[in-house]
Amino acid sequence: MTGPVVAFFTWLNDRTGLNFSVFTDSYDGGRFLTGLITTVELSVLSMVFSVILGLIGVWMLGAGGIRTALARGYVQLFRNTPPLVQLAFFYFALGGLLPTLADSHGAQVPVVSGFGWAVVSFSLFAGAFNVEIFRSGIEAVPSAMIEAADSLGYTRLQLYRHVLVPLGLRICLPSLTNNMVNLVKTTTLAYAIGVPELLYAAAQIWSEEMNVREMMDLLLVVYIVLVALLVWTMERWERALRVPGYTP
Amino acid sequence: MRVLLAPRPQPVAPRVLAQTWLLAFLVLALCAGTAWAQAVTPARPSALAIMLRWAPLITWGFLFNVMVSVLAMALGTVLGLPLGLSLIARSSPVRLVGWGLTQFFRNVPWLVLLFYMMFLLPFELHIGAFVLPVPAWLKAVVGLALPVSANVAEIVRGGMQSIPEPQWSAADSLAFTRWQTISRIILPQALRRMLPPWMNLYAILTMATTLISVIGIQDSLTLTRAAIAAESRPELMVPMYLFLLLLFFAYCYPIARLTMALERRVQVRG
Repeated sequence: MTGPVVAFFTWLNDRTGLNFSVFTDSYDGGRFLTGLITTVELSVLSMVFSVILGLIGVWMLGAGGIRTALARGYVQLFRNTPPLVQLAFFYFALGGLLPTLADSHGAQVPVVSGFGWAVVSFSLFAGAFNVEIFRSGIEAVPSAMIEAADSLGYTRLQLYRHVLVPLGLRICLPSLTNNMVNLVKTTTLAYAIGVPELLYAAAQIWSEEMNVREMMDLLLVVYIVLVALLVWTMERWERALRVPGYTP
Repeated sequence: MRVLLAPRPQPVAPRVLAQTWLLAFLVLALCAGTAWAQAVTPARPSALAIMLRWAPLITWGFLFNVMVSVLAMALGTVLGLPLGLSLIARSSPVRLVGWGLTQFFRNVPWLVLLFYMMFLLPFELHIGAFVLPVPAWLKAVVGLALPVSANVAEIVRGGMQSIPEPQWSAADSLAFTRWQTISRIILPQALRRMLPPWMNLYAILTMATTLISVIGIQDSLTLTRAAIAAESRPELMVPMYLFLLLLFFAYCYPIARLTMALERRVQVRG
């Protein structure tokens, strides 16, 4: 932290008793920053994997037979059970079944870390919602487009790549933004399995510094800013992708 | 008039129920199967027997989750209705405040709000000479009701705005006041359209009630973990957690199906 910021928050602490130790104490600041970076990493990785899962799911939904049933089962199972229990199931139950490896110090470490299970769990959870979102977008593509592609001899993969996904994505972007905002908020659940993300770092700091209220306020502000940044980026993307004059 | 109405969709309830129970049975069979396969060691009680011993307690914890969800939904709806009305108020300061509150509570993680309420609500209330204790679960209900109210507000706004504009002007021309227009003409029509997203929100809230275990309230997840810890049999983890997932699924999946059926029914056909 630079001089003026430290000076301001030190002054605030002396004057009002509001202890924003994150800005005045470099150790707390470092922990908070690490938490912030972990939260961002967790969010971005889960977002990428959940979109990939959503695309695979929507492809399987339209494939017919056992693949449709599998995709439906996946969506219903993950949409109708609590994400926290899913996370506990992955981390404690499945994680407990996996073997441990010896690291360079000879200590036993699990094959998949808490962070890894959090990414797996959140991607599967948000991916189930993405399948439904992409499906609604693809269904909104006019059937004339699909027939035109058919008559031009497009294969199913080509139809998805060049017609359904580009057009459907534009239609369902607002819903996708909503789901991604939800995903960022869901990353706080990783606190429950001890992943040092933002909430975990804040809890560590407030239990040492006894500045619960200040840390809480800071947390709320940071999450609002993170979500605002995400919404801003997605809206810019939406504008950039807009096809002038085309409304489905 | 009859012919103008869209054909009524087939009643789905029996089929949905049958599917749910079939799924429930399959998952239970899976739990039992895993438990059975691991019950090879003699002299110790079988994993299945242990599962059966703990099932009532975990189900009891699940009922507590349901109670919390019902209370939070009730409080959230009561708070959300005026908040939603403020979003379409004619006075712009009221609209601005309503918008700010809604955006704030919709965009903050539920878990952070829960922590906030746990630490910052008093543990007892002094009203005159009376001292009312505020138990932790009540604070959790308030913490869950706040984001719910913001989402209810959005549902109310969306429902009211989906009513065609001529309804407003017709009411205007019949000299209804604004309040009469809203309470007698717009809201009764909008309620039908608000019901499916409201039910969807309820299902989301029910699943979110497991968050209270993180802030130290005993719910079904806490009890499941306690049961696993008490038995200290790691092979029980998978069936135990599957059982808990199944409980939530059996409760939320019918709600989701019913929501979809209602949605189709109130859908405006172009």
